Amino acid sequence: MAESAASPSPMMQGVRDSTPVVVAILPFGVLFGALAVANGLTPFEAVLMSATIFAGASQMVGIELFGREISPALIVFALFAVNFRHVLYSAAIGRRITDWPIGRQAAAFFVLCDPVYAEAERKAERGLPIEPGWYFGMGVTVWLFWTLQTALGAAFGGLIDDPHALGLDFLLPIYFLGLVMSFRSRPLWAPVVLASALASVLAYRFVGSPWHVSIGGLAGVAVAALAPPPKTVEADG
Amino acid sequence: MTWVILAGAVVTYLTRIGGHLVLSRFDEIPPRVEAALNAVPAAVLTTLVAPPLLHAGPVEWAATIVAGLVALRAGLMTMFLTGAAILLAGRFLLA
Repeated sequence: MAESAASPSPMMQGVRDSTPVVVAILPFGVLFGALAVANGLTPFEAVLMSATIFAGASQMVGIELFGREISPALIVFALFAVNFRHVLYSAAIGRRITDWPIGRQAAAFFVLCDPVYAEAERKAERGLPIEPGWYFGMGVTVWLFWTLQTALGAAFGGLIDDPHALGLDFLLPIYFLGLVMSFRSRPLWAPVVLASALASVLAYRFVGSPWHVSIGGLAGVAVAALAPPPKTVEADG
Repeated sequence: MTWVILAGAVVTYLTRIGGHLVLSRFDEIPPRVEAALNAVPAAVLTTLVAPPLLHAGPVEWAATIVAGLVALRAGLMTMFLTGAAILLAGRFLLA
């Protein structure tokens, strides 16, 4: 993503930065829409989920539970649990946008999903400010396409008979790997990634999806929190 | 069912704004909290890569390894497209 001589406006740059994300989430948006309808949701409910919850993994869990006889409270709790990682994103991004008006901050948190968070952190990493135009250019574009893809899946879900042959199911892991690699200059990167990888694989196997995300993430964060601080002496452990 | 979806949307929004609301109560961020926050992206994003990778096959492994190496020298988009191309080619050839 080289900066060209005639650099585009922050908003256009945000829209541009959303391109790989929009491509990568396409199969998931369509798949979600199709599965939601297959699980008994109306197309309206499928699109409503994407537009208001806007968190793919939890939505997949949600429609899985809708299909069974499970109490609404438990479904809502499951959504909360799967999405709990956003608390960490929120804390990390919140400290970088404290000078924004409250309403704008509130809107920013609504579109705070994995790729938007990661791209915002990448900007901060390079010492760049998070401009509102860029942030919403990216966030709203991802939100819009996620919602449209869901509608597409809900309407035409039966038409893609082999997403596997198109490689659609593995694009997102490759994209996420690229994001992981982009953080490699941070302190403790290797031990954090190692701990997360190990814990998530174990959790995936012994606890089950989607808990591997929270458990693996916490393991990596714990390594960073418990490692000896670089210079200052701690008063207590 | 609409109400369950909307309730799910509310709790999801709470997770998105909650971290900031809680953290803004600190006057100064303790070093260990700071270190933990800096580790968040790599820690969480790794969990979205490792399990799918482990349960994939040679084509996915090849695509991931090459894309990972490309990421050492090139930008995210180049890395992503390289990985996607290998994945598509590999599945096409081995189908």
